[in-house]
Amino acid sequence: MIDMGIMDTVSRSQHDHDVADVLGDLMRGTLDHCVKCTICETFCPVAGVTPLFPGPKTVGPQAERFRVRGEESPDKSLDYCSGCGICTQVCPQGVHIAEINTQARAKLKERDGFSLRDRLIARPPLLGRLGTPAAGLTNKTLASRPLRLLGEKVLGIHHKAAVPMFAGRTFQGWAKKHHSPPAPRRVAYFHGCGANWYEPDLGEKTVALLEAIGCQVEVPRGQACCGLPLQSNGQFAAARKYVRTMAKALAPAARAGVDIVGTSTSCTLMLKREAREILDLMEDPDLEVVSERIYDICEYLVMLHDRGELALALQPLNMTVTYHAPCQQQGHGIGKPALELMGLIPELTVIENDATCCGVAGTYGIKREKYDIAMNVGSGLFEQIGEARPDLAVCDSETCRWHIEAATGVRNVHPVEMLHRAAGLSGNGTA
Amino acid sequence: MKPDVVVVGAGLAGLSAAVRLAEAGASVRVLAKGVGSTHLSAGTVDVLGYDADGKRVDRPLEALDGLPAEHPYGLVGRAGVSAAIDWFKGRIAAGPRAPYAYAGDAEQNILLPTAVGAVAPSAVVPETMASGDLRGGGRICVVGFRALKDFFPALVADNLSRGADGVRARGVELDLRPEGRVDPNALAYARAFDHGGFRAEVVAQLVARLAEDERVAFPAVLGLASPHEVWAELEQRFSRPVFEIPTLPPSVPGIRIYQTLGQLLNRAGGRVVVNNIITGAERSGGRVTALRARVGLREVTFEPEWVVLATGGFSAGGLALDSSWVAREVALDLPVGGAPAPGEERFRSAYFGGQPMDRVGVVTDREQRPVGEDGGRMLENVLVAGATLAGAVPWREKSGDGIALATGFRAAELIAASAAGRVSDVATAGA
Repeated sequence: MIDMGIMDTVSRSQHDHDVADVLGDLMRGTLDHCVKCTICETFCPVAGVTPLFPGPKTVGPQAERFRVRGEESPDKSLDYCSGCGICTQVCPQGVHIAEINTQARAKLKERDGFSLRDRLIARPPLLGRLGTPAAGLTNKTLASRPLRLLGEKVLGIHHKAAVPMFAGRTFQGWAKKHHSPPAPRRVAYFHGCGANWYEPDLGEKTVALLEAIGCQVEVPRGQACCGLPLQSNGQFAAARKYVRTMAKALAPAARAGVDIVGTSTSCTLMLKREAREILDLMEDPDLEVVSERIYDICEYLVMLHDRGELALALQPLNMTVTYHAPCQQQGHGIGKPALELMGLIPELTVIENDATCCGVAGTYGIKREKYDIAMNVGSGLFEQIGEARPDLAVCDSETCRWHIEAATGVRNVHPVEMLHRAAGLSGNGTA
Repeated sequence: MKPDVVVVGAGLAGLSAAVRLAEAGASVRVLAKGVGSTHLSAGTVDVLGYDADGKRVDRPLEALDGLPAEHPYGLVGRAGVSAAIDWFKGRIAAGPRAPYAYAGDAEQNILLPTAVGAVAPSAVVPETMASGDLRGGGRICVVGFRALKDFFPALVADNLSRGADGVRARGVELDLRPEGRVDPNALAYARAFDHGGFRAEVVAQLVARLAEDERVAFPAVLGLASPHEVWAELEQRFSRPVFEIPTLPPSVPGIRIYQTLGQLLNRAGGRVVVNNIITGAERSGGRVTALRARVGLREVTFEPEWVVLATGGFSAGGLALDSSWVAREVALDLPVGGAPAPGEERFRSAYFGGQPMDRVGVVTDREQRPVGEDGGRMLENVLVAGATLAGAVPWREKSGDGIALATGFRAAELIAASAAGRVSDVATAGA
């Protein structure tokens, strides 16, 4: 069982300080490549809508030069970075802007202390274990406006923010009883917290889809949380514990030459790249082997398709959907494979949204002080979805789906759901 | 899925080639380290501002004949330059910002004010800049904003009055800023101008202060989403010509180009994918058979039929000079020409007087294929475009945009018309 104590990040050991400094050197070294071209600032979704965040160059490569080594940043505007990572993606000079900012923010948080809210929302397994047994009651609480207003006052979670409903069962519980028939190709499924506690249905559909294309699916035991919410909230020591535990659970599959696929695109990116770079776990042997073997599910399916190995009979779906590629999906650097997959479905009309970010960025947009910013960041996307009047909105990331669904009233689904329907696995292709 | 064409580089050359090919039916993927230099450019298409002797050019098309034989314009010729410009103007005018359009052609240069009030020759310019032509002299009111620290109206006006024949200019500074912004840049002003409320405030503060026969100059911040509408409204409110003067980065007119070409590419099924850094290629039988790219911590390969190499010059990282003073092309490790031989002079003390490294770049044959030291074609399916090409001194000639557009467009034309017919096969299959 992983350590879910919520006080473990209050004091960090000397070891963690040393590790952070080595890491600082690696990421910080890239800032000398910054020519202050401002390209990152033109793409920053947060700086575009609020003066509270002056922009990734300003708080990143520019401010970093004035930060004294080993001391925390005095600049609180850093906390308004949502961590979407777009700045690093667009930089033509290879500066790790988002990584520099994430590290600087962690130091800032360390100085100011972690709020109870930030400790709680960064630990999905803890919430899951608290909320799942009495899901009905928990969900009523989450849907109750007076209780949400209280929650906003006491905890600082905005009362209008989209919070997911507990499924009342877990994907892991289902997976334990599920027997995947032997098949020529073996795949390990990394389900993440979203599918486990909130959307077990997505996990089950993913397994069914993978089995339908000739995969034997294993669900490695001991999967908890990849540590991304902790990392985003500056709680690096706890994030390292989480991601190491996660990597340990997945590493045997990777070592056995089994590809790992994930439906949570941000968590998959965490294991593929971010944890190694941001948390300085380049040398962790479990994470290294997992990092080399893990794929976003759509990336994996397109790879099979390109090799001519995606055997899937798709029936027409006479519907219109919009597609939004979340920031962390774009962080994979793989284009938009979900669009390519949905392009295989006859009669399906897919409208690609032209927006960088929905605003929520994991846990950012549910915070009292950031909710309005998140809604403004996403407003362009929400308008596009509203104008398209789609049957469904498609998006690869669970927190984005919840946020977009709350903002637009349009039901949001993972791309796998569309393939599952078109493959006739949902019964009549309509369920 | 598997792209027919990989364009390496997301600047004007790469995007032009990509849009042209995608609209012809090819599947195109633009791979780039980050966003290209359009964000840093003035947004004008300067074809040739100064000849080899440093003399200002009035009629650029005619002057192309006087360039050295190895100049990239020699590959394209007058007709090629004109065709590329016609195509570009047509695509922008049909793009998502229509009726925002470009004015002018390569027959005749106009003279535009720069951000410091110098006089610069240019050929094809946004309609929002066209009436800034200084050739007829006249009175100009240069409007700036107190908070926009990169644009000083008094400096621009003084320099124009001194340096432009028949021009009498004065500066006016408005104390208006986008709401809540302490340190707004050009982009923040452009976003503000997209809102009618901000425009109304500008008009209210300015309208009574204009002399009867004055044109009005603004920094190039007249709207990002709807520049035509913003500019037309101001002309109407002031009942006189209004024009934009290019700013320091971020360049709003440059962002308009990037977004417009990017959206046209998406519409045609192509895509820009950043954080894909080309690190090398497999070659066989005089062809590139695979491109290697670093994506995050991974190496991936692409196997396109065609490659357009448009990675830029030294400043963009397409060319590099190593510590032993050897210049090389970075992505495919192609040989470069124009470099001084070992032992020869490499730099001269007169910085702007012309440098021995000025014309370094990849040498190609007439069909833009790279050639080896023996002058023979090295690679059949690689075409080089833009600042990677040898033979030009864009910053002194004011020719960079024209070269990028003309060679990028022509690379696409050559591929589309290739005798091998690979792309037309694909176009038929995809139709």
